[in-house]
Amino acid sequence: MRRAASAVIAVVGALLLISLFLNLVPGDPIDVMLGEEASEVDREALRRAVGMDQPWYAQLWTFSKDFATGELRTSLPPFQKKVLPAIGAALPKTLQLTVASLLIAVGIAIPLGVAAAARKGTAVDSAAMGVAVAGVALPRFWLGPMLIIVFALWLDWLPVSGAESWRHLVLPSLTLGTALAAFLSRMTRAAMLETLREDFVTVARAKGLHPRVVLWKHAFRNALLPILTVLGLEFGTLLGGAIVTEKVFAWPGMGTLLLTAIEKRDYNTVRATVLMFTLCYVIVNTLTDVAYALVDPRVRRRS
Amino acid sequence: MSEASPVAAVAPTVVTRRGFRLRTLGGRFGLGVAVLLVLTALLAPVLSPYAPQAIELSAELAPPGPGHLLGAGENGIDVLTHVLYGARVSLVVAFFAVVLSALVGTTLGGLAGYVGGWVDEGVMRGVDVLLAFPGILLAIFITSVLGPSLFNVVFALSFTGWTGYARLARGQVLTLRERDYVQAARALGSGNARILFRHLLPNAAGPLLIQATSAFPGAILAEASLSFLGLGAPPGTPSWGALVDQGTQYLLVAPHVALFPGLALALTVLGFNFLGDAVRDALDPKRVN
Repeated sequence: MRRAASAVIAVVGALLLISLFLNLVPGDPIDVMLGEEASEVDREALRRAVGMDQPWYAQLWTFSKDFATGELRTSLPPFQKKVLPAIGAALPKTLQLTVASLLIAVGIAIPLGVAAAARKGTAVDSAAMGVAVAGVALPRFWLGPMLIIVFALWLDWLPVSGAESWRHLVLPSLTLGTALAAFLSRMTRAAMLETLREDFVTVARAKGLHPRVVLWKHAFRNALLPILTVLGLEFGTLLGGAIVTEKVFAWPGMGTLLLTAIEKRDYNTVRATVLMFTLCYVIVNTLTDVAYALVDPRVRRRS
Repeated sequence: MSEASPVAAVAPTVVTRRGFRLRTLGGRFGLGVAVLLVLTALLAPVLSPYAPQAIELSAELAPPGPGHLLGAGENGIDVLTHVLYGARVSLVVAFFAVVLSALVGTTLGGLAGYVGGWVDEGVMRGVDVLLAFPGILLAIFITSVLGPSLFNVVFALSFTGWTGYARLARGQVLTLRERDYVQAARALGSGNARILFRHLLPNAAGPLLIQATSAFPGAILAEASLSFLGLGAPPGTPSWGALVDQGTQYLLVAPHVALFPGLALALTVLGFNFLGDAVRDALDPKRVN
């Protein structure tokens, strides 16, 4: 309940913020759309057409109502298309990309982090953490082009851009997932080191259980909670990174939709995509909290 | 190693007394990168072989060679010159973004913790709302509305960046304000403003400094990302992100245009990450291994 309430507050706050911003900024968005030298008549006409002659709370209400009912149209007269179909086409593409990169990140980070923690202080540990430190520093908009040069242009194994088949998904999701993989493996290592110090791990070892059983069944399952927390929080970074990644690979998702809308000064689509991103983020964070309870019986009992 | 005694918290020199002894390899590397970057930014006009806006159409997209050590880009602009000048943009934007975030966040968070009540409620709700956005998304939104300029980038990054300092300062003030020395200061007649800004916040400086150093590489990366998207540095400004954006159009014929600015950026972020870790280890005895 408390979680649901704060999720609602977040979404309403986000809605307020993005609506207020358009109205509170110095200068007139109409100026930006038409240029300063446009005639007063044209400006008035556009202002009315996009609803900007209304006070901000009325605009906010219209926007929210239209968004919720799917009636929202692009703010580009005279061809005011509905925004919803564009979002409906783009959202699955972005989810596909983020989920794929999430899987890549988890698939790399967990074995790496667990191995590093199990062999703390050895060459395995330093190598894994060295890779992780470097991975965090790689900008996505640079890693992407470099992967394109090597795997698409030189080796010709994978396509440069587009989204027609699963082969198109490989490079974008690697680009998006690498930084998270690096960060997550450090977190996994830290969480594992923490649980490996616990008494129940010592007990499990003393009972003579196989080291692998101790590592995965006793230590890792207890390290899952902090790992999940990080994943939930980092999902936002992943969504932000998706915008950049989509631009690099011309991936037809929400990021591309947002950037095109920004370029065209289509503020309704801009607001709608930003709101959609925020909704995804809030939903994922709420789901993370639910996942806690599934993973850890201690959390379940407390609530 | 750990000497965080209650006495240490009283002495305002606690931060400087230990000094930044960066004994680790990573810390030295980070410090080296930082010094190199500051020097590059200061000396860019001296080091650069060309003027940043110099156009040389005959050299368009020329590969690295004697005339252009790192090659040339669109209209024959010199990549090395842009990489050197790019250090300025990166450093200046990140510096002001971090300082502004820290000032606003510390003040608001300190007030929230000290005053409590509706001030606390208001500030922390604001923090919650801002944290409901993925940071970079809000920065993209703000810069897209305000238009591309470095000032707007600083504003957008600070608008989203102050929340971390606010939470930290609030927490610190909440734990510190019941300390004996605060009671003593109050008994001696210090006003609220004096207690907050002279006694409480200076003693919270350590964690705030750690936060600032670890936020710095993030700010550099954020500026570059915004510039890559065309929302940061205005056209013609030598920004690493903008240069990578230009280079992505010529990956096959001139990969050097995207390669070098990105390399400079990755190295910078790596260095500042190391530096941040080292500063944290030096200031926070609890975290040492």
